[in-house]
Amino acid sequence: MGATHLPSTEFDGTGLDDQLEAEAEAALGEPAAEMVQLLGPDGTLGTDSVFSKYAERLDAEKLRGFYADMAAIRRFDQEATALQRQGQLALWVPLTGQEAAQIGSGRASQPQDYIFPTYREHGVALTRNVDLAELLRQFRGISNGGWNPKDTNFHLYTLVLAAQTPHAVGYAMGIQRDQRLAEANGLAESGTAEPKAAVMVYFGDGASSEGDVHESMVFASSYNAPVVFFCQNNHWAISVPTAVQTRIPLSNRAKGYGFPGIRVDGNDVIAVHAVTEWALEHARQGNGPVLIEAFTYRVGAHTTADDPTKYRESSEEALWRAKDPLDRLEKYLRSEGMADDAFFEQVAADGNELAAYIRKSTYESDTPDIRTAFANTYVEAHPLVAEELAWFEEYSAGFVGEDTAEGAGN
Amino acid sequence: MTTMTIAKAINEGLRATLSNNPKSLLMGEDIGPLGGVYRVTDGLIAEFGADRVVDTPLAESGIVGTAIGLALRGYLPICEIQFDGFVFPGFNQITTQLAKMHSRSSGNLTVPVVIRIPYGGGIGSIEHHSESPEALFAHTAGLRIITPSNPHDAYWMIQQAVDCQDPVIVFEPKRRYWLKGEVDTEAAGLAENPFKAHVVREGTDATVVVYGPLVPVALAAANAAAEDGRSVEVIDLRSISPIDFDTIEASVKKTGRLIVAHEAPTFGGIGGEIAARISERAFHSLEAPVIRVGGFHMPYPVAKVEEDYLPDIDRILEALDRTFAY
Repeated sequence: MGATHLPSTEFDGTGLDDQLEAEAEAALGEPAAEMVQLLGPDGTLGTDSVFSKYAERLDAEKLRGFYADMAAIRRFDQEATALQRQGQLALWVPLTGQEAAQIGSGRASQPQDYIFPTYREHGVALTRNVDLAELLRQFRGISNGGWNPKDTNFHLYTLVLAAQTPHAVGYAMGIQRDQRLAEANGLAESGTAEPKAAVMVYFGDGASSEGDVHESMVFASSYNAPVVFFCQNNHWAISVPTAVQTRIPLSNRAKGYGFPGIRVDGNDVIAVHAVTEWALEHARQGNGPVLIEAFTYRVGAHTTADDPTKYRESSEEALWRAKDPLDRLEKYLRSEGMADDAFFEQVAADGNELAAYIRKSTYESDTPDIRTAFANTYVEAHPLVAEELAWFEEYSAGFVGEDTAEGAGN
Repeated sequence: MTTMTIAKAINEGLRATLSNNPKSLLMGEDIGPLGGVYRVTDGLIAEFGADRVVDTPLAESGIVGTAIGLALRGYLPICEIQFDGFVFPGFNQITTQLAKMHSRSSGNLTVPVVIRIPYGGGIGSIEHHSESPEALFAHTAGLRIITPSNPHDAYWMIQQAVDCQDPVIVFEPKRRYWLKGEVDTEAAGLAENPFKAHVVREGTDATVVVYGPLVPVALAAANAAAEDGRSVEVIDLRSISPIDFDTIEASVKKTGRLIVAHEAPTFGGIGGEIAARISERAFHSLEAPVIRVGGFHMPYPVAKVEEDYLPDIDRILEALDRTFAY
C-alpha cells in the first residue's frame, strides 16, 4: 500500500552527483506512482483499495470543515508573516502549502491521542484547539511555549531538530504500559478503561537525517510502541533539497525498521486524513508504529529569515502552486454541490476575523517578568536560584523610581 | 545496619524504588539478565520483569529521549549510561530537552528522570571508560547532580533522586563500587537531603572539599597531614549541582584555608566555581588563595599513566604545603 520501489542497493560510486540530481528532479516532478492519492489537483476524487473506505466516512460537513480549517490556518500564516515584518514577532515559520498535510492528519487524531509537533505545525495546533494567539507567544519572544500541553494533548514546539521523536516514542511506551495495567486490573473488560490512545510525532525531511529519528524508530519497533511518525516532506531543509537527505522515498525507510511506511499526497487532505486514521487505528490497536510520509511542498520560506530565491527556481514553486490543497478541495466541494459562494465568502470573513483577533492579541500581550524564569528553572527549591533571585531583587530595587527622574537613562 | 558495597547499596536502593513505586522503571543497555556491566542492576529483572527493567537498544539519545517521553506520561524512568564517556550521544537530550522541559513549559510539565552514570578513573580501563564530565552537566540549569561516596549515601541518594521532581544525574564513582560500608536501611532516609554537603572529618587548619571517588583519598591525606600536626577538615560535597556553599563557607571561616580536589580537569571545573564563590563569600577569612587539585587539560590519558593524572594523597598534601606556605 503506497510503498514505492526500492532502488538497487548496488552502488559503485560513479555518477553519484548525476544520479542525485536526477532523483531530485524526479522528486520535484511527478510523485512516485504508489503514492496514495484520492483527491487530485483537478478536484476529482479517485479510489484506493485500502483507503477509500476511510474517505467514505467523510460527509459534506466534515469536508467543509477541512476547507475552513485550511483556509483559517493559511490566513493565520499570512497574518503572522505580516506581524513579523512589522517587528511584532522575532521570527515566523510559514506553513503555506502544507495545510492539507496538517489539517488532514490533525483531524484524524482523537482527543486522547498525544501529539508531538516540531515547530511548523500550526495547522495541527488548530485541530487540537490550541489558541493560535498563544501559539505566537514563542515567536514574539515572550515564552518558550505558550500553551499548556496537558490541556490539548498537543506538546510544545521543539526547535532542536528531531529531539521530540524519542519523546513521542517514550510517551507511546507509557500509553502502552497504562493500557497493560488497565487490562491487568480488569478495567478493559468492565468498560471503565480510558479509550485506547496513540501518539503522533511530526518532523520534516530535513530532520529525517537526524540520529534521533533513527533511534526513535528502533525503539518504537523494538517495543511495538503505538506511535505514528508523520514526516512532512516539504522538499527543502532550509536551502538543502530532499535529495541530499535521502536517496529513496522516506516512507521506504520504515521497512528497514520493520513497520509500515506509506507515502501519501500531502496536498490531498482527504488522502492524508484517510491514511492517518488508518495509521492511528493501527497503533491504538496494538499493531505498532507506522511511518507516514506526506509528500508536500513548503511554498514559502523556511522562516522569515530565509530567502528561497537564492536556492530554488520560481518555476518549482509554480509547479506546486498548481497542486494547491485548498484549490483542489474547493473544486471538489463546488463540483459536488457541497459548498457554494456563500460558504467560501463566510470562510474568508471568518479568516479576517481570526486575523484581527491574532493581531489584537499580539499587540496586547504582556512582556513577561524574568522572575517567572527563576521560578520555573527547577520544580523544587534550589539554593543557587534563590541566591541569584535575591541578588536580582536587591539590584532591581536600586532602580526604583529612577526612570521618572529627570535625565534618567542619559 | 547492614554492611554492603556501594554497588550493592545502589542495587538495594533500586530494588526499594521499584518495590515502592509501580511507576518507576529502569532503562539501559545490558541492565537485564547481565545486571549491567558493573552488576549494579543484578537480579532486578528476575524480580520485577522486563517491563520494569528494560534492556534497551544501544542508543544513548534514545534512552534519555524515550525516558523523557515516559516521564511526560507520568512514569519515573531511571536510565543507566554504561560509561561516562558514552553519555555524549545523549548529551543533546539531557541538556537541550531534559534540563529545560519544566522551564520552557512555564512550569506546566515535569520530567523527573534519573540518569545514573558510572564515572571517574582508576580502574585501568581503555579510552572513554574513565572520564569525569560532571562540570559539563553542572553548567546546565535545570539539572541536579549528586554523587555518593559511601554505601549509605548510595542506598538513599538513588531513592531520593527518584523522588525528586527535577531531573537528577547520579554520578557513581565506579572505582568505589566495591567499597564496603554500613547502610541503615531501616532509617527514614538520609539525615539531611542529598543536596547537602557533609563534613566527614573535622579540622581547624585547612579545609579540603572533595566528592565521589576522592573522598577516601582526601581522608587519607588528612590523616597523613595530622602526623605533621596539621588539622584538616574534609568535606564530602555530595551534590555538584546545587553546591552547598554554606557548609564550605562555614568551614573556611573556621580554618582559613581551602583546597578543592576532583578528578575532572582543573580548568573550567567545579573547583573553579567553588574557589570563586568562596573568595566572594569569605575573602577576609582566607589566609591563602583557594587551591585547586585536579586532572590536567588533556583527554583522559591511557591507563598505564593514569596514576600520574589522578589526584592522590601526595597531590593533596602538596596542595596543603602550598596553602600553609602563605
